[in-house]
Amino acid sequence: MSELSAVKETISSILDRYDRDKSNLIAILQDVQAEYNYLPREAIAEVSQALDIPLSQVFSVATFFRAFSLKPRGRHSVHVCLGTACHVRGAASILQQMEKEMNVCCGDTTEDKKFTLEGVNCVGACALGPVVVVDGEYIGHVSVNKVKPLLENYD
Amino acid sequence: MNDKQQKLTSVAELEKKRQGLNKQRSSDAPMIAVCCGTGCQAYGGKKIADAFKEEIEKHGLGGKVEVKTTGCHGFCERGLLVVIRPQNYFYQRVRLEDVPEIVSETVIGGKPIERLLYESLATGEKIASEEEVPFYKKQVRLVFGDNGYIDPYEIDDYIAVGGYSAFSKVLSGMTPEQVIDEVRKAGLRGRGGGGFPADIKWQSSREAHGEPKYIICNCDEGDPGAFMDRSLMEGNPHAILEGMMIGAYAVGSSIAYIYIRNEYPLAVKNAYRAIQQAKDYGLLGKNILGSGFDLEIKINRGGGAFVCGESTALMASIEGKVGEPRPKYIHTSHKGLYNKPTVLNNVETWANVPLIINKGADWYSKIGTENSKGTKIFSLVGKINHTGLVEVPMGITLREIVYEIGGGIPGDKKFKAVQTGGPSGGCIPENLLDLPVDFDELTNAGSMMGSGAMIVMDEENCMVDIARYFLEFLEDESCGKCVPCREGLRRMREILDDITQGRGEESHLEMLEEMSEVINDGALCGLGQTAPNPVMTTLKYFRDEYKAHIQDKKCPAGVCKSLITYHIIEEKCTGCKLCVNACSYGAIEFMGKKTPVVLHQSECTKCGACKEVCKLKAIEIR
Amino acid sequence: MVTFKIDGKEIKAKEGQTVLDAATENNIEIPTLCVNESVLPYGACRLCMVDVTKGKRKRTVTSCAYEVAEGIEVDTKSEKVIKIRRMVIELLLARCPESEEIRQMAEKLGVTTTRFKPDEDGDACILCALCTRACREVVGKSAISLINRGTEREAALPFYDEADDCIACGSCVYICPTGAIKMEDKAGTRTISWPNCSQEFKLKACSACGFYFAPEKQLEFMAAESGVELEKLEICMSCRP
Repeated sequence: MSELSAVKETISSILDRYDRDKSNLIAILQDVQAEYNYLPREAIAEVSQALDIPLSQVFSVATFFRAFSLKPRGRHSVHVCLGTACHVRGAASILQQMEKEMNVCCGDTTEDKKFTLEGVNCVGACALGPVVVVDGEYIGHVSVNKVKPLLENYD
Repeated sequence: MNDKQQKLTSVAELEKKRQGLNKQRSSDAPMIAVCCGTGCQAYGGKKIADAFKEEIEKHGLGGKVEVKTTGCHGFCERGLLVVIRPQNYFYQRVRLEDVPEIVSETVIGGKPIERLLYESLATGEKIASEEEVPFYKKQVRLVFGDNGYIDPYEIDDYIAVGGYSAFSKVLSGMTPEQVIDEVRKAGLRGRGGGGFPADIKWQSSREAHGEPKYIICNCDEGDPGAFMDRSLMEGNPHAILEGMMIGAYAVGSSIAYIYIRNEYPLAVKNAYRAIQQAKDYGLLGKNILGSGFDLEIKINRGGGAFVCGESTALMASIEGKVGEPRPKYIHTSHKGLYNKPTVLNNVETWANVPLIINKGADWYSKIGTENSKGTKIFSLVGKINHTGLVEVPMGITLREIVYEIGGGIPGDKKFKAVQTGGPSGGCIPENLLDLPVDFDELTNAGSMMGSGAMIVMDEENCMVDIARYFLEFLEDESCGKCVPCREGLRRMREILDDITQGRGEESHLEMLEEMSEVINDGALCGLGQTAPNPVMTTLKYFRDEYKAHIQDKKCPAGVCKSLITYHIIEEKCTGCKLCVNACSYGAIEFMGKKTPVVLHQSECTKCGACKEVCKLKAIEIR
Repeated sequence: MVTFKIDGKEIKAKEGQTVLDAATENNIEIPTLCVNESVLPYGACRLCMVDVTKGKRKRTVTSCAYEVAEGIEVDTKSEKVIKIRRMVIELLLARCPESEEIRQMAEKLGVTTTRFKPDEDGDACILCALCTRACREVVGKSAISLINRGTEREAALPFYDEADDCIACGSCVYICPTGAIKMEDKAGTRTISWPNCSQEFKLKACSACGFYFAPEKQLEFMAAESGVELEKLEICMSCRP
């Protein structure tokens, strides 16, 4: 099967989950992102065509919401919570240290595609602050000195 | 648990079901309630619950002692939390290795384990029972209380504690008008931000022309520091569904949406499950309980945009569009989702509704202050000993919340401010700590209730930095539609960059005030209009700190990196090298005996790693 | 008809009309940058804000979206609205330092300089969305849209790449209030340049006189929309019978 027809098939099965209803665009894109780890251009085009929504509108939605990425992401997603509770407990320094250890800027993926580093505006686990969420797992009470050993847990 | 549940077809059948459940369940049967909220999940959550189940089996107590995985109990600081019922022994900071001992000593032996009990901060005395722990003692947990008793995954648990009885009461004998009237008399105001009276929205939508009418539950809790809606949706989703069902009945709606942040995976999962169970029981769908009332509830997951907490942006997002607000000169109760009459309330507001119907408006309106009725759940976070969720009657003072429930500031640090209302709110200083907390008092102080985040700050927090933080947050979250918000916030943040980096000028303060005023008057939506609040309140209450940054180029709290330097206090340093190893920038050099270490300022990024590891307090910020 | 007051003057207007329309009809000038009669009100530039008193309640609203109502009193020149307009234009001056149109509007509002640091890479786009709205609401194509959010927002074609949907009609160019979108027809090719991307389109030579008179894609679109045969549309206006 060609790559493009594989994309078509995947998108089609996602669309069926939502009865091909245009108003579910955001949920559909979330499922597409869950499938590919990002939103490939061909997939966005396919969604636009199948739902009969202008490509520009799908592109607007895909670039408006933070949940979506147009670039392939790393194997592990590292979210540093930047909510207020984490901020007052030093989240900015944690992020700075993450950037230093990974040698990337917030929002980017490491060269070896191991990590994607992102800031997130509050994950709602304030008692654990500063919090880092790696691949959906909450790690609480992170300190500057814990950053390096924490990252060494992943391969 | 009960996959083959037959649809309930009448109110009487629901009541019979409840009686049946209560017959099987005894209130003094032994139970181990393990908190599996998101906070406690980080300490093992389900793993610990499974270990309890195994241990119970091992002792041959399977079927006699129930292990209940519950939602959040609120005292997140001390996770993982376990409560042993019926004695209500309250265990905190429970780890996997404590499980066998808890089963043998407490469940079987009936004795509390000292080590796991809460220790009073004031007296050092151990407190055994949940209700005596100071964190809980002053709370009035009307909405949040069931969280500690029920498994959010089991509708039967909710029904057993009286769940869906308000809905059945409504269906079996109240007209929609009576329901709205009850909510009006109760004085229920929206818990999501503005505190708008719920009954006015409901009434206006009921009277509006246009079909269908929509009900929306806003669970896009974006205020940083707030997580009560998450905990309710995770821990007691049926209470929210029940509130929505009653609201839908009152408004005359048969389609409802729950809009949940995708950053809350457990809440999403539990909401889906709850809806499915309610459908299976015939509490959602067509001709509910034989009443002729139909209702369908759908879930929409948010895509990560704070602005979608704003009602028109949220509705645009449900329609599959970019979350951009539009002018609200015609209320959404008349023209909302798909331009149809729509009632939008947040999670906590909906969760209050069954309570009002069950206990009556007279009872409900006795709680709280004159214009703010009932309780409010706050997330008490930041520099506070007892971090967690607290539910208190409106009108309680900030001091009671911070010092009695919250246990004060850790490490004997001095209280500086409490930030309420999230990015739309403000910072309240120490001299206003006796302020009674309700919608109007907080607004008068220049802040607002918002969704209920309370972030406590101590002397080591810089208020200029906090103002800058919120502006950066809002700049990042602005949709970018209107000029005052998109361009104005960016320029205000640039000014605060200048101030926090030592380039501040006297004229900057007036400029900030001028811009705050214009953005407040001129921005399109609530996000933009309230965005200057953190700046305005810090300027009002903490102007001296701004002046210190501008005139003396100093950050009194030691936060703003351009204005501080780290120093080694030679007399205290023993040359242990912990800091040398901690510094990833090679800024600290080991020298030998006389001056053990030297900090090279040119290499120092002020990350604070050295100060964090130093056990001798030999590193200071100047 | 409803009767209400603008700046003390009693006027009548049709129900459902906006305050801005009613004011314009009565020669009362309210400045705007994101308004055009061919598209729906949007309320982004905030220049058209006015104070409206309705009963006891006074609020500041965008006159482009606020509908007239019996008995309201509109103040188009209050201290508050003047302050908003001046701040808005001062912010836009810093965003678009090279834009002549913005400079003129600023002058009209009594603002000559900006206290903010001018954007170095600033183009003339003020993100009023007139181009994207015209493309969607008037042309019916939605080839261009606003992408990203907040300060990152920009008007662009999907993926900043050539867009199949664009028919090169130039509506976005004509409607842009600041000249941020440019168009050039040269040697049978039309080039449209948006702030962040550009695209070339083939023009059709008139089958009678040979003059390159319209983009091929636009003619194809018109044929498909109207059901008129493409050949009939391939004759320029001056050669049509």
